[in-house]
Amino acid sequence: MSGTAVSPKTRAPRRAWLARPRVGLVAVGRGLELFALMIAGLGPVLAVTLIVAYFSDIIRWLANSRLPGPSLSTAGGVPFLVILATLLYFRPLVNLMRRLTARWCGVSIERPYRPGPDSSGLGLGEHARRRLRWILTDPATWRDLLWLAVNATVGTVLIAAPAVMICYGLVFAVLPTLGVAVSQLPHVGFLVAKGPGALPLGLVLIAAGLWAAPPLLTGYGWLARLILGSNKEVELTAQIRHLTQTRSDFIDSGAAELRRIERDLHDGAQARLVAMGMTLDAIDQQLETSPDAARALLAEAKASSVRALAELRDLVRGIHPPVLADRGLAEAVRALALDSPQRVRFTGELPSRPPGPVESAAYFAVSELLANVSKHAAAREAWIDIRHSGGVLRISVGDNGHGGADPAKGSGLRGIERRLGAFDGVVAVSSPQGGPTVVNMEIPCALS
Amino acid sequence: MRAVIAEDLFLLRDGLTRLLEAHGFEVTAAVETGHELLATVLADKPDVAIVDVRLPPTFTDEGLRAALEARRELPDLPVLVLSQYVEQLYARELLAGGTGGIGYLLKDRVMDGTQFIDAVRRVASGGTAMDPEVVAKLLASNSGDDAVAALSPREREVLGLMAEGRSNLAIAQKLVITERAVAKHTASIFLRLGLQPSDDDNRRVLAVIAYLGQ
Repeated sequence: MSGTAVSPKTRAPRRAWLARPRVGLVAVGRGLELFALMIAGLGPVLAVTLIVAYFSDIIRWLANSRLPGPSLSTAGGVPFLVILATLLYFRPLVNLMRRLTARWCGVSIERPYRPGPDSSGLGLGEHARRRLRWILTDPATWRDLLWLAVNATVGTVLIAAPAVMICYGLVFAVLPTLGVAVSQLPHVGFLVAKGPGALPLGLVLIAAGLWAAPPLLTGYGWLARLILGSNKEVELTAQIRHLTQTRSDFIDSGAAELRRIERDLHDGAQARLVAMGMTLDAIDQQLETSPDAARALLAEAKASSVRALAELRDLVRGIHPPVLADRGLAEAVRALALDSPQRVRFTGELPSRPPGPVESAAYFAVSELLANVSKHAAAREAWIDIRHSGGVLRISVGDNGHGGADPAKGSGLRGIERRLGAFDGVVAVSSPQGGPTVVNMEIPCALS
Repeated sequence: MRAVIAEDLFLLRDGLTRLLEAHGFEVTAAVETGHELLATVLADKPDVAIVDVRLPPTFTDEGLRAALEARRELPDLPVLVLSQYVEQLYARELLAGGTGGIGYLLKDRVMDGTQFIDAVRRVASGGTAMDPEVVAKLLASNSGDDAVAALSPREREVLGLMAEGRSNLAIAQKLVITERAVAKHTASIFLRLGLQPSDDDNRRVLAVIAYLGQ
């Protein structure tokens, strides 16, 4: 037993001296790939520079759609097509750079673009006009262009320098001393290092290149983020968009809820009361003539009233559970745990109460999650933890079921997201196949 | 028998008073708030207190808290709590003392006068009256319990009625079977749940409730 546990450990140090050069070599390779991508990006820069000369025609058309658009027969037509092709080409290209920077340099960069225009139902020309204006008026577009230029200069130094150092060291210092006649090569013979210092110089250059490649690659990532990343205005715009979205979600769900309550009352309690009134009227008429029939009807009326009460009770529970009003969130969630068919472990506490709307949203979220557990998870045990720290209400619900819960599929989880989104709350679901499932919810709020 | 009522809605308070008086109870006081209830109960020492969960001034679980407080002051005071809705959580709090003389019913049950008065008498004499809806919730939350799952449908029915606080005689009448048949079912239930059998109705009920409430 102990032998199998030890052997990988004893082997690791022997290979450790190889690890660093290997990482360096990988970084050099990635740098070269990014270099190739940079070359691919130069095309658009040149094209856009050319087009600036023909600008006026297109600018006027973008500002005012009533003017005739640039046609292929006019002088502006060709640059128009070039611009279109360029813009279509370089956003995906720059996005690819963002992705690779995240993966290879370990620096994630958010896409800073403004949301695209809504041009559904518009003609092709108008559609193209709007899209073009969208791209051209977005500051991120011009920062993308700036990046292509910076990338071609500073960026290139960062990503290509290690490769150059290694190549030089290998081809012009190490190989010649080993007798390979590089000096015979045309045009580059003067680069070959001479003298007794050539071999050490070559080895040092190779080592330095391998050593410097990973940090330089990370530096390249930060440089890219500086220019390609999100800025304040974009963040604010995104935030406003989020607020608008969650607000309208909230209003929608509120309206839907009111409609449901109206329907439930109309089809339930209201209808039962009408039926009860009619039954009572029938009793009134039969009281003298057939007391037995009247008695049967009385029982029916009573049963009707019991059912009406039960329906009203369920309705009230769905609007605002009494135990939540009485005791607050922690106790109400504990009551939910008690009513659940699984064994539910409840931990945590709240020193005082969150605002009413937050309590309500959190309660229904937990209720929905517990219902999911009994419906889908085939779990024997579940747990709930609830606490408040650092201005954030944190609730976790987990179970030991078979997992595989997908927020994209389950409308329940989407509903919870929407409900909590109104309070800037977030939901994180971890549910690998085979379980366990854990749902973490966080809602920023103060306790009263 | 002397009773105190705490209920803030006039119509219900009046109806309850008349119902109780029609069945030979003496209603010594009918109050509106939890605070008044506590004072009245301590002064009158009634045979039973009938309390609405939701009372002014907070309109939350004021009545429940007052009832629990009253029972701390007068440990054997029988209390019947009425509510528009029932919660397992509250039932557990009421039963936490492990003694009888506790009732927890939906307000709807008032509509069946004889059954309701029967429950009041049961509570007043130290028995238990749990609403069928509470019992249903208790049983549902025990559906994962292997011992409960192993019971026959008839035995589960008997278990439910026992948890409501009914005597063997009452269960026999309700299920239209003989009392001996009920006794056989209860013996089998107690054996399967690993409970100590008892001839005393109240103690049996409390044992069952304690088991389901684990």
